[in-house]
Amino acid sequence: MTAPQVARCYVDNDWLCGQYLSDYRPELTDATVQHLWITVVSVVAGLVVALPLALLARRNPRFESLVVGGTTIVYTIPSLALFSLLLPITGLSATTVIIGLALYSLTILVRNVLAGLRAVPADVVESARGVGYSETRLLTRVELPLALPVIMAGLRVATVSTVALVTVGSIVSYGGLGNLLLSGFNSNFKAQILTASVLCVLLAVAFDLVLVVLQRALTPWTRHAR
Amino acid sequence: MLGDALDYLLDGANWSGTNGIGAFAVQQLLLTVTALVVAVALGLPVALYLGHRGRGGFLAVNVSNIGRAVPVFAVLLMLSLGPVGSDELGPYGRAGLATLIALVLFALPPLITNAYVGITEVDPDIVEAARGVGMSGRTVFTSVELPLAMPVILTGVRIALVQVWATATIAALVAGPGLGRIITRGFANQATYQVVAGAVLVALGALVLEGVAVVVERYADPMRRARKVTV
Repeated sequence: MTAPQVARCYVDNDWLCGQYLSDYRPELTDATVQHLWITVVSVVAGLVVALPLALLARRNPRFESLVVGGTTIVYTIPSLALFSLLLPITGLSATTVIIGLALYSLTILVRNVLAGLRAVPADVVESARGVGYSETRLLTRVELPLALPVIMAGLRVATVSTVALVTVGSIVSYGGLGNLLLSGFNSNFKAQILTASVLCVLLAVAFDLVLVVLQRALTPWTRHAR
Repeated sequence: MLGDALDYLLDGANWSGTNGIGAFAVQQLLLTVTALVVAVALGLPVALYLGHRGRGGFLAVNVSNIGRAVPVFAVLLMLSLGPVGSDELGPYGRAGLATLIALVLFALPPLITNAYVGITEVDPDIVEAARGVGMSGRTVFTSVELPLAMPVILTGVRIALVQVWATATIAALVAGPGLGRIITRGFANQATYQVVAGAVLVALGALVLEGVAVVVERYADPMRRARKVTV
C-alpha cells in the first residue's frame, strides 16, 4: 500500500503550483465569476447615476460644486471603511460591496462625463440647434457621441480600479478573487495567493481590452482623424 | 452612531498607548510620507527623462496603467508571506516594510503618468524657440520644460499623496500598521461606532493633506507670478 501521492508543490508550499490550478478549478471559476459580475454591476450602476448627475451639474454651477465636492469626499474614505460602514445597512451581501464600488466609479465618471460634454465644440451644438434638433436629440445624437472618447477613458480607469478594489470586499465575504486571497493568507497557502492575484490582473487587462475595442466600434470617425 | 463615534474620538484615553489612535495615526502618516518620498525619488526622474526625450512614454504610461490593475491587497499579502515578511520595522510597526513597498508601487502610476504627460504637453513651439536661442538640452529641460510642466507634475504628487494615505488603511488586513486597525478592530468587535470613527479620521486626514498639498503646490509653482501677471 502506498500513501496517496500529494503534489510536491503543496508540500513545499510553492508560489507556483500547477496542481493547484486543476484541483481548485471550481473555486477559481466561482471566484472569477463573482469578481466579474460585481465589477460589471458596480461600474454600470456608477455610470447610470453619473450621467444624470453630470447633466444636471453642467446646467447648474452650484449643483456642480456640490457634486464634485461630495464625490471628492467619497474618494477619501478608504474602501475598507466604506464597506464596514455599509455593513449595518446592507449586511454581509454583495450589495455592500457594489454600493461602495459604484460610489468610487461615480467619482471618476461624473468628472469625465462633464469634461467630455464640455469639450463638445460650441459651433457644432449651435449648428445642430440651427437645423432644428430638440434638446434630447441634441444630447443623444450629437453631444454624447462626441463626448464618448473622454467618457470611455473615464470608464477604463473606473473599471480597472474597480477590478482591483473588489478584492477588499473579502472583508464582507464578497470579494471575488479577494476571498481566495484572504483565505490563502489566513492558511498560508502561497499558490492560492499568487494564482488569485494573477487572475485579478488578467481580468483587469481583459476588461480594458474589451473597452478599447468597444470604443473603437462606437466611435468609427475617430480612426481616420489626424 | 455618530454621537458614539464622536465620544470615542473625544475620549483622550482612546488616543494613548501602543494600540491607541495617536500611535496608529503617527504610523499612517509616517508610512504615507515615506512611501511618497520613495515613489517620487524612483518614479519622477524616469518619467521626466522619458518626457524630455519624448520617447518610451507609451511604455511608461502603459506599464503604470497595468500597475493600477494590481490590487494593493494582493501585493501586500504576497510581500508579507514572501521574502519581505511581516516583522516589526521600527516606527512603521508590524509588516512595515511590506506595507511600504506595496504603497510605493501604488503611488507610482499617478506620479509617472502626470510627470510624463506634463512634460510632453509643454508647447513644442516654446521648446523649439528655447533650442533656437541656443539653450542646451539640459537647460531646455531645467528652465523651460520643468517649470512649465510643474503644475501637472505637482497635481500627480497630490493625487498620489491622498490615495496613498487612504489606501494605507488596508495594511490592517495583515494586522499591519496604521489607522485601518481601528476600523478592523471595530469590525471584529461589532462596534460600528469605532468603524465610523476610523473612517472619519482617515477621511479628515485625507482632506487636511489635500489642503496642505494645494497650498504647497501654489508656492512651489515657479510660474506662479508669471501666471498672475498674464491673467
